[in-house]
Amino acid sequence: MTWFRQLFYTAGETFCPDHFSFFPGFVSFKDSIMFEKIIIHTSSPERPASVGTAAGQRDNQDSGPGMNDRIRKLRKISTEAVPSLSIERALHETVFYREHYGTCSIPVLRALTFLDHCRKKTIYLGEGELIVGERGPAPKVVPTFPELTCHSVEDFHVLNSRDMQRYTISQEDIDQYEREVIPYWKGKTQRERIFGHVPPEWKAAYEAGLFTEFMEQRAPGHTALDGKIYRKGMLDFKKEIAGKIAALDFLNDPEATDKSEQWKAMDIACDAVILFAERHAALADELALVERDPLRAAELKEIASVCRHVPAHAPRNFREAIQMYWFVHLGTITELNGWDAMNPGHFDQHLTPFYEREVAAGTLTRDKAKELISCFWIKVNNHPAPPKVGVTARESGTYNDFTNINIGGLKGDGSDGTSEISYIMLEVIEELHILQPGNSVHISAKTPDKFLHAATRVIRQGHGYPSVFNPDVYILELLRQGKSLQDAREGGCSGCIEVGAFGKEAFLLTGYLNVPKILEITLNNGVDPVTGKCVGLKTGDPRSFDSFEKLYEAFIQQLNFVVDIKMRVSNYIDRMFAKYAPAPFLSVVIDDCIVNGKDYYDGGPRYNTSYIQCCGLSTVTDSLSAIRKHVFEDKAFSMDRLLNAVLNNFEGETVMRQRIMNRTPFFGNDDDYADEIAVKVYNDLVAAIDGKPNIKPGGKYHLNMLSTTCHVYFGKVMGATPNGRLAGKSISDGTSPSHGADTCGPSAVVKSLAKLDHVKSGGTLLNQRFLPSLLKKEEDIKKLGQLIRSYFTLGGHHIQFNIVDTATLLAAQACPEDYRDLLVRMAGYSDYFNDMNADLQQEVIERTENDML
Amino acid sequence: MTSGLIFDIKRYAINDGPGIRVVVFFKGCNLHCAWCHNPEGMAAVPEKMFTPSKCISCGTCVSACPEEAITLTAHGIVTNTDLCRSCGICAEVCPTMAIEMSGREMTVPEIMDVIEKERIFFEQSGGGVTFSGGEPMIQSKVLIELLDECGKRGIHRAVDTAGHVNTDVLLEVAQRTDLFLYDLKVMDPELHAKWTGLTNDKILTNLRAVARTGVPVIIRIPLVGGVNDHEDNIRQTAEFLYSIPMKGAEVHLLPYHAIARHKYEKLSRPEEFELMEEPGPGRLEEVVALFRGYGMKVQVGG
Repeated sequence: MTWFRQLFYTAGETFCPDHFSFFPGFVSFKDSIMFEKIIIHTSSPERPASVGTAAGQRDNQDSGPGMNDRIRKLRKISTEAVPSLSIERALHETVFYREHYGTCSIPVLRALTFLDHCRKKTIYLGEGELIVGERGPAPKVVPTFPELTCHSVEDFHVLNSRDMQRYTISQEDIDQYEREVIPYWKGKTQRERIFGHVPPEWKAAYEAGLFTEFMEQRAPGHTALDGKIYRKGMLDFKKEIAGKIAALDFLNDPEATDKSEQWKAMDIACDAVILFAERHAALADELALVERDPLRAAELKEIASVCRHVPAHAPRNFREAIQMYWFVHLGTITELNGWDAMNPGHFDQHLTPFYEREVAAGTLTRDKAKELISCFWIKVNNHPAPPKVGVTARESGTYNDFTNINIGGLKGDGSDGTSEISYIMLEVIEELHILQPGNSVHISAKTPDKFLHAATRVIRQGHGYPSVFNPDVYILELLRQGKSLQDAREGGCSGCIEVGAFGKEAFLLTGYLNVPKILEITLNNGVDPVTGKCVGLKTGDPRSFDSFEKLYEAFIQQLNFVVDIKMRVSNYIDRMFAKYAPAPFLSVVIDDCIVNGKDYYDGGPRYNTSYIQCCGLSTVTDSLSAIRKHVFEDKAFSMDRLLNAVLNNFEGETVMRQRIMNRTPFFGNDDDYADEIAVKVYNDLVAAIDGKPNIKPGGKYHLNMLSTTCHVYFGKVMGATPNGRLAGKSISDGTSPSHGADTCGPSAVVKSLAKLDHVKSGGTLLNQRFLPSLLKKEEDIKKLGQLIRSYFTLGGHHIQFNIVDTATLLAAQACPEDYRDLLVRMAGYSDYFNDMNADLQQEVIERTENDML
Repeated sequence: MTSGLIFDIKRYAINDGPGIRVVVFFKGCNLHCAWCHNPEGMAAVPEKMFTPSKCISCGTCVSACPEEAITLTAHGIVTNTDLCRSCGICAEVCPTMAIEMSGREMTVPEIMDVIEKERIFFEQSGGGVTFSGGEPMIQSKVLIELLDECGKRGIHRAVDTAGHVNTDVLLEVAQRTDLFLYDLKVMDPELHAKWTGLTNDKILTNLRAVARTGVPVIIRIPLVGGVNDHEDNIRQTAEFLYSIPMKGAEVHLLPYHAIARHKYEKLSRPEEFELMEEPGPGRLEEVVALFRGYGMKVQVGG
């Protein structure tokens, strides 16, 4: 690693001074942190290309990708900014809590805190911007959320200096944080509340790596919006809320007081985002007065006018619609640090009516619309995920905050949802190729091939996106979970692959379940062989089992035991959030929180789902297949010998390990021997999780088959597995085959995957790597489309492609600086290859290549 | 039950006919082309293939071999070909699959089972099955049964042939084939014999016969530098094709590459590998232009 680190440091030293030159106000901002401070972006002496005429101009191609000079400049700022931390939000919040905690209800306190921060926070309005607003004081500057989990001084030092996903912070800020923020939150954070109350068996299982807990670092989120904010402004919501408050029945309704507090909080939260927008309007006016370029001055005046209209009112045109969403997005991610940021959902569908109306009226051109969408794309990219605390700060991470724009798909009435905007978005994705926002195309049987091929052409570029979803199946998933047909059709995928009813549901990921680890403790009679601690049930020594079925039964007992422990604590955490960290602003935009007078975290939404994400299906399947075949059927070696080999990481048992790896039917080869085991395990995961109540009204647990990068962590806490996987190596991701186990090509992989009943889950995940050589000809693009159609006809939920070759990846490892824009799709999201740690990089390289030579 | 000697079945094949296809490779060929990409398809018997890099010198095969033909050396295993009877036991016991047998007798239902696994992809893509080799028409009985079975099941059938076969067999096959992938190598009969071991008169006659059946044909030309990429040969090929009334025939140029070298090594016949020249990119374009000059549809790659 040393050479690599050196390279990185060199890069850091080279780029940091440039980076800070983009934010001239950054340093002085710290001096005056308690006061409203405005930063005006003045990095470039040049004027941007004049608006609307860029296409006809000779553009400076050296400044990077983008449709015109403005977009290239904004993109450059966004991609070159090094993520850093801002303590502004934490300082505002700490002072506010210190003064006001106990003087009002918790929901009202949360709303007032939000309002206070919106009133004081540094406003950023960058040169050339058309869509405005940043969560932090400048692009890629990230606030902290001490009420959830409070970074320690050590955390900051780690974040400041780690190899990957670094977040810079000055010593001065660290000192101030230590003085003013950390002491107040000691013992009061959500994380401490959670860890202070968990039972010992949960702690043991958690520490063994049997599962993770999502809510120990961030708030429940995974939320996507529907179309309501394009029809209603904050003033409309306030009117609704006022009506509800007026109708309160304090005489008969025992919940009247609680509802009253919720509505008051929601009302204040609406004011907060209106104020936030108004401050941008004021700043734009101020800048317009001193702007010498008349074109930019006019743009600034228009920004002011837009920000005075939205989010207070419903948007009137295309541009206001984008700005409306963006303010709502910023509101939700400033109020709290919910998982997966925020998501506009079917953004193309929401924008299309505005686009069509304006194009018909001649007030908008296709190019102008594309420019605005590009501006929005870059805005999302300006917002890296807030970094974690504790041990994880050293480890993984990603800047990706998982906003996943759904493109195409079906409309609420069941008709095809693609439009010109869908195609424009694909163009923007291809041209900008930036990390965020994540994006996906939704290919129903009704989606035209024209759109599918446009998408596969972008996939061929090798940026790792868009990922591809099947609405015809996920609508069934949502219906099965109890959504109405309309709500199901208006739903989609947020984050990585998880489905929900957009704008009407809290569909929370509660944590990953390490299913191979459950098999590992089964093979060790409830003991974690890595730590030697008993973390499961005593289901017996497998050496005494005389059949495969007995082993499998023991595995299911352990599975149910672990799931039960996890659910108990998840339910407890849900209540903690409902009580101490409600989200009044998020509640305004999610149905039916206003109607119910209940918070998003307190069962206010129309639907309430808790997902448990099960990792390592293929590792478990292949391990069980190996045991069944070699131990119980062929009797090639005894259980005792296999278990000893596994405990010793196959040392001295190379022949056995090779035999297992080469002579076992593995999942992903369209071989029923292995696939039937996978189906059985999958169905038993459904049985263990699906339909259990989550203590919210009508809320239930459902199965999800997502792993993101957690399969790497889960692999690290495990010894070797009976499928020949060595200790510490990643387990399989999502529902993808084990690395290297799929040797029969992509069609066989798809066939194996399709044997699972995807409708019973809330999302499955298939990563399929393609070499560029498979996609040379135009015909090949069509065939990739046909592979996707085939998978979806068979009932697949999701597929995504890595179009890369090993040589490129090796070269990228050796010389990261030359490959800074190399994006790799992995396990549900895209990330820069150079931002990945060595383990993830290795995994990308090892993944089976569909080399047809 | 009829069976055929098959050395591979490839799924998601996208370069051997329209759509997404499954390709069934028949073992055994009557030509012996110097540039052959599938040398394991030449001999009409099962053959042992050995990949030294996969061998862990565990000795499992040494003790399992009934002929005592294998010895373990410092450089991995060595097989005494005089003693080896290609029984395949060593391949069965090899834990790393360093030893594999190329060529397995498969019955028609067995082959059909594999083909059927890909049905959804055929249906979505307008693909089907391609029978290739080797020379599939040498094993005409099993080929015809397979073609009939696929016909009954509505699966699109392509046959990839080098054309040096009995004309009656060819016409029988043509009755149950939806597309021929017909290879042409060199037009000059002597040069053809030099590079492939046989002259080409039968191949050319058979192509005329195929054309008369009306079954669509794609002409495939492995383009090898210094062998058949010179202007004379291309013109002769084009003129010959021009002289045959074929509806919408396409020419697919398959540029030579040296990737097959490791296969010769696996077959323990490295001496048979002859490094040929890849046609340069400029040459390829010239060849394409020459064919286009005759009004023909040409593409590079399958």
